[in-house]
Amino acid sequence: VQADGTDGNCVTFVLHDEDHTLGNSLRYMVMKNPDVEFCGYCITHPSESKINFRIQTRGSLPAVEPFRKGLNDLMGVCQHVLNTFEVRLLPQDFRDLF
Amino acid sequence: AGAMAARRGAEEMRERVVLGEFGVRNVHTTDFPGNYPGYDDAWDQLRFEQGFRVDVVREEEDTLEFDMVGIDAAIANAFRRILLAEVPTMAVEKVFVYNNTSIVQDEILAHRLGLIPIRADPRLFEYRNQGDEEGTEIDTLQFQLKIKCSRNPQAAKESSDPNELYINHKVYSKHMTWVPLGNQPDLFPDANFRPVHDDILIAQLRPGQEIDVLMHCVKGIGKDHAKFSPVATASYRLLPDITLLQPVEDEAAELLQKCFSPGVIEVQSIKGKKVARVANARLDTFSREVFRHESLKNLVRLARVRNHYIFSVESTGILPPDVLVSEAIKILMGKCQRFLNELDSVPME
Repeated sequence: VQADGTDGNCVTFVLHDEDHTLGNSLRYMVMKNPDVEFCGYCITHPSESKINFRIQTRGSLPAVEPFRKGLNDLMGVCQHVLNTFEVRLLPQDFRDLF
Repeated sequence: AGAMAARRGAEEMRERVVLGEFGVRNVHTTDFPGNYPGYDDAWDQLRFEQGFRVDVVREEEDTLEFDMVGIDAAIANAFRRILLAEVPTMAVEKVFVYNNTSIVQDEILAHRLGLIPIRADPRLFEYRNQGDEEGTEIDTLQFQLKIKCSRNPQAAKESSDPNELYINHKVYSKHMTWVPLGNQPDLFPDANFRPVHDDILIAQLRPGQEIDVLMHCVKGIGKDHAKFSPVATASYRLLPDITLLQPVEDEAAELLQKCFSPGVIEVQSIKGKKVARVANARLDTFSREVFRHESLKNLVRLARVRNHYIFSVESTGILPPDVLVSEAIKILMGKCQRFLNELDSVPME
């Protein structure tokens, strides 16, 4: 992860070994944050597996915060999806036992 | 009334992807904070949890069809991409050819052996270290294929059936045997590592030809080589939503029923007239045949529900499909965790 930009509000993160899988889902979670003015990602070249992920915040919030919040929110979503999915499969297993 | 229409329009834009005659409208997700006045679109975990549900429609040995409602395209697509390319499996990587006098070339034989799915739970193994040529018992599974074709002395004089004339002339995947390495018999006392299917034809032989190869299986992911992909395919589609804008009767109703997949439109007799009704929109494959008929074009609105995904996961047999979906979700969590750890450890300037 590298970051560069002026005055901490607009930061471009370079994420190595990532592609649309994490890029698009993380962009969605960061865009849901009302403090974020701009969020986007691009794949610099299809032969290299790295993405440029840019966040610009309204006001004086440092851009690392929405990035961190987006990652935490995405983890929360995955955890909830996993729990719901596994619970939904359980009744089947119980029925098979009988 | 103007405000109601505007709100309905906004609802449609937020919740439906509309299929018009010449194109698809409202494709992108627009419900971000600030786009719609009067809607609070900021991320709220509680609201997400209330609106989210998973329904398993069909679960068989190798296929799983389930619905995910209340999630966005970006995340559903991330799961699909991970299922295809990033869930690890074991597959043959290195083939040591001791003797191959068959007509199948060494490299073709090696390629075919690599594509055979191996029934071995990849979670029990580690990835091989870079540059490690030998392979240890925690990251490698060894298989042997040693088979020789000979003439059958008991065959009838004039028969021309290869099954009678020759012994072992077809090399199947059931001829692959597991050769335990090191302390693998102690680590996996009950395991029976073998290919998923016994009847995969690898090569054909004639008398005097033999194949003697040793294979090393390693753990890998689909991004590296498609042989490591654990799913036959994993796909999703959005739930179709068909609304009849005006009542459709008589011949038009019959015609409408033919325009859609069977079971979607039901024609009922109400007070002597035949009236069309949408019975089960889920079955439709959206061939958009309605738009070819001038009389029916404007009576129907074809759309898809934006946040209702019908997933279909078919496994190759290595892992059951529900385990695959759980693993895919855990892998996405692992990716997020990796970046969170990096954020915390590397100081930002």
